[in-house]
Amino acid sequence: MHTIEANDLTKRFGTLVAVDHVSFSVNEGEIFGFLGPNGAGKTTTINMLTTLLNPSEGSAKVGGFEVEKQDDKVREIVGLVPQDITVDDDLTGMENMMLQAKLYHVPTEVAKERIRDVLSLVGLTEAANRRVETYSGGMRKLLELAEGLIHHPKVLFLDEPTLGLDVQTRVVIWDYIKKLRDEHRITMFLTTHYMEEADILCDRIAIIDHGKIVALDTPQNLKDSLGGDIIELEFNVKTDDQTKRLRALPQVKDVKKIGDTYRIKVSKGEKALPEIIENMLKMKLRIGKVSLVKPSLDQVYLEYTGRSLRETQGETGEIWRRMMTLKRVRG
Amino acid sequence: MIHETIALTKREVKKWMKNPFLLFMMLIQPVIWLGLFGKAMNLTGLISIPPDLLNQLPPQFRDQVPLLLNQMIRETFGGTTDYFTYMAAGMLSVIVLFTAMFTGMSVVWDRRFGFLNKLLVAPIPRGSIVLAKVSSSVIRGMFQVLLVFGIAFAFGLQVGNAFGILDFFGMLAALFLLSLGLSSMFLAITIRIKSHETVIAVANLLNLPLMFASNALFPIRQMPEWLQTIAKVNPISYAADAVRTFILHSSAGFDAAKVAVDFQFLMGFALIFSLVGILVARTGLRKG
Repeated sequence: MHTIEANDLTKRFGTLVAVDHVSFSVNEGEIFGFLGPNGAGKTTTINMLTTLLNPSEGSAKVGGFEVEKQDDKVREIVGLVPQDITVDDDLTGMENMMLQAKLYHVPTEVAKERIRDVLSLVGLTEAANRRVETYSGGMRKLLELAEGLIHHPKVLFLDEPTLGLDVQTRVVIWDYIKKLRDEHRITMFLTTHYMEEADILCDRIAIIDHGKIVALDTPQNLKDSLGGDIIELEFNVKTDDQTKRLRALPQVKDVKKIGDTYRIKVSKGEKALPEIIENMLKMKLRIGKVSLVKPSLDQVYLEYTGRSLRETQGETGEIWRRMMTLKRVRG
Repeated sequence: MIHETIALTKREVKKWMKNPFLLFMMLIQPVIWLGLFGKAMNLTGLISIPPDLLNQLPPQFRDQVPLLLNQMIRETFGGTTDYFTYMAAGMLSVIVLFTAMFTGMSVVWDRRFGFLNKLLVAPIPRGSIVLAKVSSSVIRGMFQVLLVFGIAFAFGLQVGNAFGILDFFGMLAALFLLSLGLSSMFLAITIRIKSHETVIAVANLLNLPLMFASNALFPIRQMPEWLQTIAKVNPISYAADAVRTFILHSSAGFDAAKVAVDFQFLMGFALIFSLVGILVARTGLRKG
């Protein structure tokens, strides 16, 4: 049985389709990642799976319970580490943890023991009796993580777990997430827009763009699906579309043109690159820029969405409007 | 349900207990009202008769005029010639109004910081979230009432001769009912609001009219008729009237029937508004 199952899960806010007929399933003990730019529908999906929002269409089961109709049951078994830091600044770390324990009906004695364990696990034992106000951003996030675990959830949802944190803290959190999976067999669903994070942590990744899953597989398979290396090539002067000519070359498997850049798929990049350059020079085409790219999730993302993640972060217009709408309706 | 409500109420109380500055700030406004407004208005001085005018009167009237005037004031102001005492009694109800307003603020705050979502993901009855907000608001209101009462006492509040412990609790009971009703009302109004600016605007829109269209600061009898109509359905009037009666006349010598009317109204208000308010607020937490 799958721990999470989504069937045509859809959420509309007015005319905006934030999540568009998404289907996937997550196995027990698996770390499953949603990778995509801001505004792609990652948080909305989490909100539906954790019973904060009702789907407009489709359905989902978590731990065998319907998220819409059996929301009470779902709440008992899930933990959520939200994107925003929601621990209470005015209370101490310990008081925050105790409150969380009460909300999840963990008996006080059991809670005390668990809090001690969890806090030492995230390295917050010494800060436990200080007000959260005095914590650094990383410490707050760690406390947030610790809170999500107090009731020993079957499924843990992590929404951008390392957003805005420094490199050291990110590594601490990654180690911690892996430990949870290995030692406690907790199923985890995480969203991220960091390629590196998805690559390191996730057993399987769904690439989500404009509310739709465009690819879903293990990081390795996704990289392999690129079918080899990629040569990125730009000409020095404006030329006619050279796609056809490039495609005709024996080494070339496929060519995609994104802006002025040609993405040429080849099987052995190191060998193909000089040959292609030679060929172009023969045809009197002057090359402005050329680079050889080895498969990475970055490339996978580019392959499936036609945009690089970094580009989409800075892109104004449609994406931005989408983000703002999502922000507004989420409140 | 009860356990969760208690845990969440504790959180709220802890939050503001750890913030003495905020508590202090919240007291400033009523204290300024009491000190400046309450003390500046001297009723007996306002309608005293200049000596040369008084001397023109026949001697047998001369001594009776001030007595007569005092009698008039006493009747209008519910049995006191000291405006400060009159107003301080009313101010206790206004404090309750101000604190109830903060309930709304704290909901928006929790929503903004995502704390509300954390509660909504937890396996707790939605009602406990709402109940905790109301109960913490009532606790806070009563705490502020005690503080302001103490301050007013220090400033020279004149309680009736027979004022005793029963009157004190009677007064608190009236204010408790008012606080329960108002807190629920503000919670219902603000539960779906997402920005602070809107809450502040709503609060200002309701606050001053509720305060002035009541007998908290001025006797209803002196108001134009349309205002009287409003003041007569304003729960603050009834709470202020009950509090004032307890303070000035004490249970030994007051008009029991009149206080009974006050309490009936307040109980009705608290019951209806807390039920409706809590139901509305619960619906307000529903999923989108």
